[in-house]
Amino acid sequence: MTRLHVQLAAVAAVACLALAPLVLNPFSITLMNYIGIYSLVAIGLALLTGVGGIVSFGQAAFVGVAAYATAWVSALNGHSPWLGLVFGVALTCGVATVLGVVTLRLQGHFLSLSTVAWGLAIGFLFGNVEGLGRFNGISSIPPISIGSLALVSSAQIYFLIWGIVVVVLFLGYNLLDSRVGRAMRALRGGNILVESLGINAFRIKLVTFVIAAFLASLSGWLYAHMSRFISPGPFDAGMGIEYLMMSMVGGAGSLLGGVVGAAIVTLLKNSVQDYLPLIAKGASGQLEIVAFSALFILFLQWARQGIVPFVARYLPKIKRERPQAAPPLPRRPQPTPGELLLKVDGAERRFGGLVAVNNVSFEVRSGEILAVIGPNGAGKSTMFNCLTGALRVNKGEIVFAGRAITRDPQSRIARDGIARTFQHVKLRPRMSLLENVMLGTYARTSTGLFAGALRLNQREEASTRHEALKQLERVGLGDKPFELAGNLPLGNQRILEIARALAADPALLVLDEPAAGLRRQEKLRLAELLRSLRSDHLTILIVEHDMEFVMSLVDRIVVLDFGSKLCEGAPAAIRSDERVQEAYLGGVA
Amino acid sequence: MTSDIAAILAIDGIATGAVYALVAIGTVLIFTVTRVIFIPFGDIAAFTALTLAALDAKRFPGTGALVVILACLATLIEIITLLRNGERRLLPRALFFYLALPLAVVGLAWLTMRAEPPLAIRLVLALMLITPIAPLLDRIVFRPIADGTVLLLLTVSVALHFALVGLGLLFFGPEGVRTEPLTSLSTEFAGVLISGQTMLIVIAALVFSGLLYLFFDFTLVGKSLRATAVNRTGSRLMGIRPARAGTIAYLLGSLMAGVSGILIAPVNTIFYDSGFLLGLKAFVGAIVGGMTSYPGAAIGAVGVGILESFASFESSALKDVIVFSLLIPILIWRSLASLHSEEEIEE
Repeated sequence: MTRLHVQLAAVAAVACLALAPLVLNPFSITLMNYIGIYSLVAIGLALLTGVGGIVSFGQAAFVGVAAYATAWVSALNGHSPWLGLVFGVALTCGVATVLGVVTLRLQGHFLSLSTVAWGLAIGFLFGNVEGLGRFNGISSIPPISIGSLALVSSAQIYFLIWGIVVVVLFLGYNLLDSRVGRAMRALRGGNILVESLGINAFRIKLVTFVIAAFLASLSGWLYAHMSRFISPGPFDAGMGIEYLMMSMVGGAGSLLGGVVGAAIVTLLKNSVQDYLPLIAKGASGQLEIVAFSALFILFLQWARQGIVPFVARYLPKIKRERPQAAPPLPRRPQPTPGELLLKVDGAERRFGGLVAVNNVSFEVRSGEILAVIGPNGAGKSTMFNCLTGALRVNKGEIVFAGRAITRDPQSRIARDGIARTFQHVKLRPRMSLLENVMLGTYARTSTGLFAGALRLNQREEASTRHEALKQLERVGLGDKPFELAGNLPLGNQRILEIARALAADPALLVLDEPAAGLRRQEKLRLAELLRSLRSDHLTILIVEHDMEFVMSLVDRIVVLDFGSKLCEGAPAAIRSDERVQEAYLGGVA
Repeated sequence: MTSDIAAILAIDGIATGAVYALVAIGTVLIFTVTRVIFIPFGDIAAFTALTLAALDAKRFPGTGALVVILACLATLIEIITLLRNGERRLLPRALFFYLALPLAVVGLAWLTMRAEPPLAIRLVLALMLITPIAPLLDRIVFRPIADGTVLLLLTVSVALHFALVGLGLLFFGPEGVRTEPLTSLSTEFAGVLISGQTMLIVIAALVFSGLLYLFFDFTLVGKSLRATAVNRTGSRLMGIRPARAGTIAYLLGSLMAGVSGILIAPVNTIFYDSGFLLGLKAFVGAIVGGMTSYPGAAIGAVGVGILESFASFESSALKDVIVFSLLIPILIWRSLASLHSEEEIEE
């Protein structure tokens, strides 16, 4: 299957949607309208929860904010629904921005709990604010008019709803395949990974959050003007979980899954209403929610992946062409070989009473490979984390390329030209090798959110793709760029991380125990790769405790022991140093 | 607001808070042992009140049917699991714990009912009927995904709450109930009248948290629960079965929730869906304690009760908005205060 086939399928699907009102009865069209309206929220959730890993129980509140806003503008104040749209979207996005700024720094389930909290608080507000009709709601909301045509019947508003859904899907898929979209997809890998790529994780989370709220607000606007009446019910906590359910059933992380999930949940709900009375005569309507929740629980127990990813496994793979040659991305001015690049001066880091790094000073000159070695617990990794900004030093100073970076956040340090790899490999297993390496170019490129969604910056995208392929080839992984990163053996995963770091065009490459867990052959290949990088004048700092690997490779060694610097020098000198032997072997034999 | 009103509001708040505290402690207990944020605890409390009201009215409560259905379901699932794993010899044991025991409880309650027992017996019956529900739900709903992420468990837990609300309506009907006060005594303290019910609530909260403390510190079972909370794998290596620890935690937790339901029923009218807000407010309290500290949870829950009491004096319509909005700053404080390791999300 090629890209063309996918595009043809999409066109066919849109054509089916456009012709559907000709064959469907009015009731089915109304049902389709609801599916479309719910889809918008579910697509937003697929982006937020599935892609970004932020589970939100509160989307129904955003739908409500927009619905009440447009009802207030149009029904209570007599303005056009279009003004209601502007007001509703602006208000919802404003509320989302404020909530996002306040809550998105929360970790894991704390964040999801906060969505329960504001979802409930906003939900209660609708029924209790004077002037919004309290629990009676707001009625006689005018229909949307386009020119002189009022969209009164369900067959008329059908085209508006599904038109919006199609456009949203189109823009959404474009976005996910762009620079900002890749950053969103990296969010699930944890903050440290994202920040190490020069991406401001908080900002990307906020953008994702506001996009999801924006989609919810579109849904709320359509809902208010389609049903012409709103009350607090459809925006309460129960609906919030239903939206979450739609996106999970469809397949978290898949935008199309949002639509599929909305369709399945809506149709299922409809048929439960139809058939339940047949099975259990005289059962109250509440049995519906029991059946429904039970189905959802069963689903979560047995098929967490969702429907779209499940079906996609059985479809033929999309064949993709290798990236074409493109103009190179701009490179940063590289330091002249031999120049002082990094200076660590009296660094100290404490954890409570433990001094993990104690008054350590060393320098890295451009073009050399320097190793920081030491026995377990010597403070190597702490030193490493201080250099890359993952930890702050308590005392001392770190100067990189003539600028103090002691207090800088990780992403700033990464943008300045320090690229790193991780001791415990941090890759995005469900992204291809190529996409993983493209993540590395984030700080070198500039395509924004809208340019990405509208595909305005295809030149930069082509250059990025080409650059990523070049780096894959440089490290020897260029033969299968579309393989998923999770399918690689550990040795190649480490090498893929190096390719990702190289894609950032770093001035200094820092590797955290790159040989850990590798087999001998893999170690030899890794050493070979690092030597070839040195011959390209790249400066490399390695933290490692495999002596053999280090000795044959590096120019100079700094030895740490119990947090302090023991000595520093050429490999041969270090090898014969008695203090080093004592630290490693516990006394000279 | 005069100082008199403030004092009345404060006492009212402390009483409500004490009820929340019992549920909050149960929530923390379940969370630490099983990592499940058990949202439906409030429903368990509400169901206890409804059960007691039915017993008072000399009707056999719907709880009985609910327990029977859940017991059959759990037994079915347990049998299938055992057969699949080829552990036939465990079948009698499973039948006893998942089928015979809950059915015996329901049967006993049904027989005792006919003798028109006094209030004390009715209280015990209500608690007996309610305690099997949460452990059975654990077996049916959470055991198959016990190793899932906290978020998955939370999502399932929220869905379970909605199922329970539906079942509540089915088994208890839409009418609200308010049971007879357990005591008609009252006393005056610093010029403010304190009802016996209020005193009883506070005393019961203190006694039950005290008992729980003794249980955790001085019994082997309690210690095994604490071990499971600290490290599931480690405690499994020490011969503690996390599944059993989970069941005990659910039993204890529902006992706490049941007691709080009994205490609140004479003060507030309880409907089949009253549990949600009760549970969530208790939960806000539990979060104040970081979901790990029992005293923290209790203090937090009392704080929520007092806040709610004063908020409802200022604006009764917006009291819930105020309480839940307050959760956000608390969450931020907790998130900053807790040392978090980098948490990666399941693919």
